[in-house]
Amino acid sequence: MDFTLSKEHEMARSLFREFAEKEVKPLAIEVDETEEFPVETVKKMAKAGFLGIPIPKEYGGQGCDVLTYAMCVEELAKVCGTTSIIVSAHTSLCCDPILTYGTEEQKQKYLPDLASGRKLGAFGLTEPGAGTDAQGQQTKAVLDGDEWVLNGSKIFITNGKQADVYIVIAVTGTVEKNGRKSKEISAFIVEKGTPGFTFGTKEKKMGIRGSSTYELIFTDCRIPKENLLGQKGKGFGIAMHTLDGGRIGVAAQALGIGEGALDRTVAYVKERKQFGRTIAQFQNTQFQLANMATQAQAAQLLVYRAARMKDQYAKDHKTSYSVEAAQAKLYAAEMAMDVTTKAVQLHGGYGYTREYEVERMMRDAKITEIYEGTSEVQRMVISGALLK
Amino acid sequence: MKIVVCIKQVPDTKGGVKFNPDGTLDRASMMTIMNPDDKAGLEAALRLKDEYGAEVTVLTMGLPKAEEVLREAIAMGADKGVLVTDRVLGGADTWATSQTLAGALRNMEYDLIITGRQAIDGDTAQVGPQISEHLNIPVISYAQNLKVEGDSVIVERQFDDRYHVLKAKMPCLITALAELNEPRYMTPGGIFDAYKAEITVWGRADLKDVEDSNLGLKGSPTQIAKASDKVRKGSGEVVTLDPAEAASYITGKLAEKHVI
Repeated sequence: MDFTLSKEHEMARSLFREFAEKEVKPLAIEVDETEEFPVETVKKMAKAGFLGIPIPKEYGGQGCDVLTYAMCVEELAKVCGTTSIIVSAHTSLCCDPILTYGTEEQKQKYLPDLASGRKLGAFGLTEPGAGTDAQGQQTKAVLDGDEWVLNGSKIFITNGKQADVYIVIAVTGTVEKNGRKSKEISAFIVEKGTPGFTFGTKEKKMGIRGSSTYELIFTDCRIPKENLLGQKGKGFGIAMHTLDGGRIGVAAQALGIGEGALDRTVAYVKERKQFGRTIAQFQNTQFQLANMATQAQAAQLLVYRAARMKDQYAKDHKTSYSVEAAQAKLYAAEMAMDVTTKAVQLHGGYGYTREYEVERMMRDAKITEIYEGTSEVQRMVISGALLK
Repeated sequence: MKIVVCIKQVPDTKGGVKFNPDGTLDRASMMTIMNPDDKAGLEAALRLKDEYGAEVTVLTMGLPKAEEVLREAIAMGADKGVLVTDRVLGGADTWATSQTLAGALRNMEYDLIITGRQAIDGDTAQVGPQISEHLNIPVISYAQNLKVEGDSVIVERQFDDRYHVLKAKMPCLITALAELNEPRYMTPGGIFDAYKAEITVWGRADLKDVEDSNLGLKGSPTQIAKASDKVRKGSGEVVTLDPAEAASYITGKLAEKHVI
C-alpha cells in the first residue's frame, strides 16, 4: 500500500495552494461579510483550469484524476469554504453526471463550456418536501411533442443563480413494481434563460455565505426532448450516483476547512501568551492539537481513498465507491465541525470574533454535515452495506 | 518563431538559506522556486506563442533536480525543456554560467532568447548580457514591455525615471523584469503532461565551442571571500516629535554618525 503522492500530485497541490493563498485567501473575509458570489475568483479559476479537472481533454477538461480534483477542493477550502463548494458543485454535480450519463451529443454540447469555466453548473434535487427522502419529488416533467414541460421548484441549490447549466431531477410518471406504485424519476439538463425557468429567494445562510444558494422555479418550462439525461426512469439512480461523487467533493471541502483551522490554531498558540508563556506550552493545548491533527490526517486518508476508488470506477465502470465516499464525508464533516470548534476555543475570545477566521470556518464546517446527504444519511449508506 | 527562455531554479528565501563550506549556495538542501524575473520572461514568451504561434523551449543549467523547474515551465505552456547538468559545471559564476548557456544555445535554433534580468540568489544581472556577447547578438535589457513587429522586437527598456523604446532585429536577447507581466498559473492538466514530457539532458560534452577553462568553479573569475545569511537589522528607534523637532533630531543623528 503506497501512501506517497506522485510528483505530479505534489506539484498540483503546490499550484492549488499558491492560487488559494494569492487569489482566494485575501477575499475570504469579504466574501463572507458581503455574501457576494466571488465572480472574479471564479473567472481566474476557470482560466487556470480548475473547473474541469477530472473532465477528459477531449471534452475540454484537464484530463486529471479525481484525487487531483479533491486536492484542489481541499486547498481552496483551507482558505475559503465558499470558493471550494463552487468548484465542487460545478464539477461533481453537473459535469460528472453529463460525463457519466450524457449522450455523445450532450457531452459535446455542454462539457467544453463547463470544463473551461465559460459556463457554471448546478444540480437540482432537493425540494421543499423532498430532501433526504428523494422519492418525495413533486417537480414534474411531461413530454409534449418534442419537448418536456417542467413544473415545480427546487430549493437550496448551490451555484443557484450564477450557474448556466442545471441538472434537474423530476417525476416523469409512475411505475408499478411487485404491485406497488412508485414515482418514475428522470434527470434533465436545463439551461438558464429557458422561458418558464426563474429564480426564487436567495437563502440567508449561517456559513459558505458567498455561495449563491437559490430556489429554482419551473413554470411550464419547455426544454427539448433531447435534454433528457440518461434513460427515462433512471433519474433516481443518476441522482444517487451523482451524490456519491459529490460526497467526495464535500468531504474534501470539510477536510480543507478542518486543516485550515488547524493551521491557524498552530500559528496562534505559538504567539498568544498567558501566565508568562505561550499557550502552546500548556499540555492541554498540545493534546488538543494532537487530536485535531490526527483527526485531520485520518480524514485525508479516507477522502483520498474514496477519490482513488472513483478513479478506478472511471477505468472499469464497475468499482463501487458509494460506501467509501459516505465514510469519507461522514468522518471529514464531523472532523471539520469538531476541529473548528476546538480551534475557536483555543483562540479564546479572539476566536469568537470575525477578525480571526476560525469563527467563519466553524460556521462553514456545519453545512458539510448536512448537504449532499446528512451525516445520518451517510450512516444509513454505510450500515446498509454492512447489513445487506 | 522559435524562442528560448533561460530560467533558473533559485532558493525560495522563505525556506532559509544554506551555504557550502566554499561559500557557494547549498542548493541541494534548499526549497526552490522559478526565479521571478525568469518567470516573467517565460510568460512573455508564452504570450508571443499565444499570439504568433511560437515554439517555446526552456533552458536551464543546474543540479539534476533543476529538471523540476523545466517541468513547471512546461506545465505553464512551454513546449520543450533542456537541462544542462554536469559535475564539472558546478560552482560557476556568471562568466562560467553564460559560457555554458551559450555553449548549449549554439546547438539550438532561436529567433529570440529571453532571460530574466537577474536571479534573486546572485542579483548580478550579468548572465543575459554576457550570453548575447558570446553569441554576438544584440541585447535589450530591463524589458518592461515587449512586442514583435515583423522580424524585429520592440522593447520598452526601464531606465530610472523613464523608459526607452528600442527596436532590435531578431535574433536578439531580451532580459525581462518581473514587472513585465503577471505570469500565468500552471494548469492541472499541464502538470501531468509535463511529467510525461521528455527533458533533454546535456552534459559538458554537448556544449559547443566552449573552452574547459571557462567552465565551472575553475573557470569562474569571481572569488567568494565570505558568504553569510542576511544580518537582521534591529527594530530601529521610533520617536514621536513635531516636524521641526524631528528634522533637527534626524540631522543631529546623521551628524553624530558623520553622514553629514
